Amino acid sequence: MIYRSLRGWQNCLSSSYKRRKQRADTDGDTAVNQTPPAPRTLFDKIWNQHHVLEREDGQSLLYVDSHFLQDGSAPAFEMLRQRGLKAHAPQRGFGTPDHYVPTNSRDLASIADPEKRAMANALRDDTKSLGITFFGLDDVRQGIVHVVAPEQGLSRPGMLIVCGDSHTSTHGAVGALAFGIGATEVAHVLATQTLWQRKPQAMRITLEGKLPAGVGAKDVILAIIAKIGAGGATGHVIEYAGPVIRNLSMEGRFTICNMSIEAGGRAGMIAPDDTTFNYLAGKPFAPEGARWDKEVARWRGLASDAGAAYDKAITLDVSALQPMVTWGNSPEDALSIDSRVPDPANTPNADRRAAMQRTLDYMGLTPGMALNSLKIDRAFIGSCTNGRIEDLQAAAAVVKGRKVAQSVEAWVVPGSGLVKQEAEALGLDSIFKDAGFQWREAGCSMCLGTNGDTVAPGQRSASTTNRNFVGRQGPGSRTHLMSPAMVAAAALSGCLTDVRPMLAEDL
Amino acid sequence: MEPFVHLDAVALPVARPNCDTDQILPARYLQKPRSDNFGDYLFRDLRYGADGSENSTFLLNSPAYQPAKIVVAKENFACGSSREHAVWALYDYGVRAVIAPSVGDIFASNASKNGLLIVLLPADVIDEMIAKIEASPGLHVIVDLDAQTVSTPDGVSHGFIMDSYQKRCLKEGLDELGYTLTQLDRIEAFERGYAY
Repeated sequence: MIYRSLRGWQNCLSSSYKRRKQRADTDGDTAVNQTPPAPRTLFDKIWNQHHVLEREDGQSLLYVDSHFLQDGSAPAFEMLRQRGLKAHAPQRGFGTPDHYVPTNSRDLASIADPEKRAMANALRDDTKSLGITFFGLDDVRQGIVHVVAPEQGLSRPGMLIVCGDSHTSTHGAVGALAFGIGATEVAHVLATQTLWQRKPQAMRITLEGKLPAGVGAKDVILAIIAKIGAGGATGHVIEYAGPVIRNLSMEGRFTICNMSIEAGGRAGMIAPDDTTFNYLAGKPFAPEGARWDKEVARWRGLASDAGAAYDKAITLDVSALQPMVTWGNSPEDALSIDSRVPDPANTPNADRRAAMQRTLDYMGLTPGMALNSLKIDRAFIGSCTNGRIEDLQAAAAVVKGRKVAQSVEAWVVPGSGLVKQEAEALGLDSIFKDAGFQWREAGCSMCLGTNGDTVAPGQRSASTTNRNFVGRQGPGSRTHLMSPAMVAAAALSGCLTDVRPMLAEDL
Repeated sequence: MEPFVHLDAVALPVARPNCDTDQILPARYLQKPRSDNFGDYLFRDLRYGADGSENSTFLLNSPAYQPAKIVVAKENFACGSSREHAVWALYDYGVRAVIAPSVGDIFASNASKNGLLIVLLPADVIDEMIAKIEASPGLHVIVDLDAQTVSTPDGVSHGFIMDSYQKRCLKEGLDELGYTLTQLDRIEAFERGYAY
């Protein structure tokens, strides 16, 4: 029996053979019949455009348009220093601190832990010494790098974007190929502006139907992950398509692409359209004038060709979708709010049963409990998944004129300084503060707690973030993922609850 | 990174699916310098309680499993974050091979940069292997890179495919960046013809 030693190679062996064969067939056809080139996906087009050379093992050296850096990047800069290397193309880099920054102050000196302070300081010093653009804490444009880069127009259609963070998939929402990389790869990109990659497979997720009121992008992506599993897209780049995507705002598209990694996807992407162009027009780093027109014309050609082939394709109708919440320690453990905690006894596989029991013990749940009555201690609105203006507006619409339950500590952490500024201009800060929410400064904050913003052991948290892993929001934390409107509803009622009746009351 | 050698070592079973990178290396250790022994932080919150006491039910705390150099895990091992520290934690502990039905893509890439071999075998083969290990804790698993086989002492052997380049990198140690730097002229030629 022969098995593969890496999924990537498995993909390579099958798809590169297919590709070689296709190429050979096409070449033959072209000579004889003048057959037009095979239809290509958005992913194919971007991949090909960035291909520099191929190595003997079939890996491609890809050129990186934009390399984003955050304050977790210190080990990569250290690797570069140890080899005495400089940045090859510093103008293609951009850094802003988000993981280690305080959200109750804009002063790095206020970080008590010297190691955390050193991480944030290192990004400032390393970007400066390499000549890379940097937005520090004293700059209103600072924030979570996956919120800031699109907001500045640094993420654009057709680009190949990398960052040493798994949620780099977010930027695919503008029609870019964007994925997370490790520290060694960050050092490699800094030194050469390139990266070795084996071409992943292509997967299309088509979203049909019409989103019901009170149901949005976060519910859609949680439903997708629940359907295909936390490893359902491993080895694949996902392209989201269909009428639901076309009608979705950029904020919603960011939320969906952001959590592609939670389904195992190498990247998530959406073909650029007028929604994308309207979003990008006038952004500080977006092209202007004639160059803008030329770029838009080019970007319009990026959409997948009719008949382009995907290795996997699924379709989901969202018309009957309900607000989703997670109950377990994997984002795939998502159910509609009217559901009950599942019973391990109904799981045939013994290992699965044991894993599910461990999850219920950790989460403090028993089989059959109704999800919509679970009492919470913390409510968190923010993160690269849901820290954008539309997310805060959706939450504020629920919160307006109401009060946070006494037993709940509720926070709003805007995704960037500019999101915060815009929200304040709209009066959202007052709505949140009047209700009893803390209105804080931009950063990753309680999504993963690296800056010290954590949920205490045993506390139950309703959170707009992306991961409900064991200990994710702090050791012993119990995280339930959901949309901003659903977190707002949970904060007000003190327990997980369906937000829709609250929306109806507003009407 | 040391060159990969023939492994005949204790295997630690991870019988849970989706064992994410936060379990392998909790986020609060991401701020530690690479000079630390990240093996001390491996599976930290599974190995120890909040008060630092050992969790006796976690297998790595059992003397039979402590010398483990191989991890045999269920599907989607090391899904989640891009933290290379997850690979460092396994590597610093002494782990040189992870055998699983599937692993996170970024983890696989990070592993390949650090001399950690990833072998993918079908889920039923992994289930069988985990059952054997659990039936006799401390059981050795043999990874023969030259022959490209994974075997257990009862003689059951499974072959796996890997390309010769990756194999050579594991055996000889790889300096990928060093190689790419020799290709800088081609990168610069690409840049000259690149309008964006």
